[in-house]
Amino acid sequence: MTTMATPTKPATEAPAPVYNPKSESVGAKRIKSAIFHVVALALTGVVLYPALWMVASSFKPNSEIGGANTSLWSNNFSFDNFVTAMDGIGGVSTLQFFTNSLILAIGAVVGTILSASVSAYAFARIKFPGRSVFFGMMIATLLLPFHVVIIPQYIVFQQLGLVDTYIPLLIGKFLAADAFFVFLMVQFMRNLPAELDEAARIDGAGHVRIFTAIMLPLMKPALISTSIFSFIWSWNDFLGPLLYLNTPEKYPLPLALRLFVDQTQSSDYGAMIAMSVLALLPVLIFFLVFQRYIVEGVSTQGLKG
Amino acid sequence: MTQSPTLSRRSTPSAPSQPRKSRQRGADARAGYTFLLPWLLGFIALTVGPMISSLYLSFTNYNLFDPPKWIGLDNYATLFQDERFLGSVGVTLSYVVFGTPLKLAAALAVAMLLNSARKGQGFYRSAFYAPSLIGASVSIAIVWKAMFGDSGPVDQGLSFFGINLGGWVGNPSMTMPMMILLTVWQFGAPMVIFLAGLKQIPADLYEAASMDGAGPVRKFFNITWPMLSPVIFFNLLMETIHAFQIFASAYIISNGEGGPAGSTLFYTLYLYLRGFSDFRMGYASAMAWLLVIVVGIITLIFFKTSKSWVHYSGDSK
Repeated sequence: MTTMATPTKPATEAPAPVYNPKSESVGAKRIKSAIFHVVALALTGVVLYPALWMVASSFKPNSEIGGANTSLWSNNFSFDNFVTAMDGIGGVSTLQFFTNSLILAIGAVVGTILSASVSAYAFARIKFPGRSVFFGMMIATLLLPFHVVIIPQYIVFQQLGLVDTYIPLLIGKFLAADAFFVFLMVQFMRNLPAELDEAARIDGAGHVRIFTAIMLPLMKPALISTSIFSFIWSWNDFLGPLLYLNTPEKYPLPLALRLFVDQTQSSDYGAMIAMSVLALLPVLIFFLVFQRYIVEGVSTQGLKG
Repeated sequence: MTQSPTLSRRSTPSAPSQPRKSRQRGADARAGYTFLLPWLLGFIALTVGPMISSLYLSFTNYNLFDPPKWIGLDNYATLFQDERFLGSVGVTLSYVVFGTPLKLAAALAVAMLLNSARKGQGFYRSAFYAPSLIGASVSIAIVWKAMFGDSGPVDQGLSFFGINLGGWVGNPSMTMPMMILLTVWQFGAPMVIFLAGLKQIPADLYEAASMDGAGPVRKFFNITWPMLSPVIFFNLLMETIHAFQIFASAYIISNGEGGPAGSTLFYTLYLYLRGFSDFRMGYASAMAWLLVIVVGIITLIFFKTSKSWVHYSGDSK
């Protein structure tokens, strides 16, 4: 069960040499390489086109989005759409939506880091009865469609009067409900040498000491991956806020976007797309800054986008 | 990240005296459950508890305001006569059955292409991965809707080649291809995993095959496919399970209605509408449980059949 989630070896290992028959001449190699780049660049163009189209359209006047005008370029590029988009919707400014998204995302990161690392330490480093049973259950929740829990959860939060607060959206993060991150950290800790805690134990350190003084500092790579992905997942989350939040003042960006689409329905295309760009901006910045980290994380830990 | 598939840990320090050992064990058990507490609480309060209550609710009529009324299997029986439900099953299945293999085929093909490169691999890998990070967001759903709308860039581009389909968004027979393109566009995440797997295949296997006169097709089926099979299995399982749960894109593209003509009424969207617009919580719970059962059966089938085609090579056990 665990092998399937992590089919690859550590990234630190040197990659095996790529197959390369020695008989090929230098000329043939050049041609092959040129063909590769032509194909790969063409594919890059296709893959990135929707994103480019989105960014280009966000700077165009409404009359030039769609219609016979298919070129990405325009002579009338301006920030007008962004000015409109920043005004927000339903009497709430876009800055407020941004702040809300940020509060939720930071809450998600803090909660996940705290709860997942502590729980993962128990799974990876402490021997106690029932551990493997619980570990199996944790893996099973990875595959469980979460829709089976949303209705009862909603009912409970509704009866507790917590609908239209951030508590239902954040409590799961503080209770390690994203099993993926627990799993990721367990796998990471298992690869740390056991001699570390054994030596500390002989010196009389308890689990709290071992966890805070030895494990946490060594787990930095896993903690960074977890932070990046829990931030992005929270930032893009739509269903959670859709279920629990009713007042626009509390909306995060994805929900504000939906409100915008509902209320302006194609009357202001440009502003709608500008707001879509704004909503993705932090994710794109994260990606550019932590690019290698994100892609390495996916390739070694099988994290999903 | 790890090769060890077992749960066994390097055991506790060797041979301390008997009483010390058992005292240690008791302390470890206490510490274990203390550290596990956050997850354990969440597991009981947010997963197990709700699962049991939704199972119970699935046998009741419940509208959130009046107490639940026991109706036995009525919800399940009604489901199979509910045309919108059956429609949503059809929509979701065709999305899973066509979208997932296409996405994985694209991921594998591009991974193999990139694996042959010496330069620029990192750049392309990142560029192709980017859509996976944003593809399920509301923003991209809005962009997709605009791009595939009447006289959007897709319509314009196709007209250039003499294909006049009009907007895809309003055309019930074109919405599924549009949604499948949206998932195929996110081929980057499985591609990155494939690429990491391809790098683990020893180059001498291919060299030996070349010397035996094997062509690229034979090399693919006799080396790449079996060596990569654990990774293929992982991607197939995860992508299939995720595909069943598509929600935000369908919600935004159809304005939360699943139209036109129910062609984007995905399973989870219908579940949401039943539960949270019609407040038929019992009915929606029955749907949720059916989804769990179906996904469970599919997972089981995957694991059972995997024995015949997934090969774990010697060193990874």
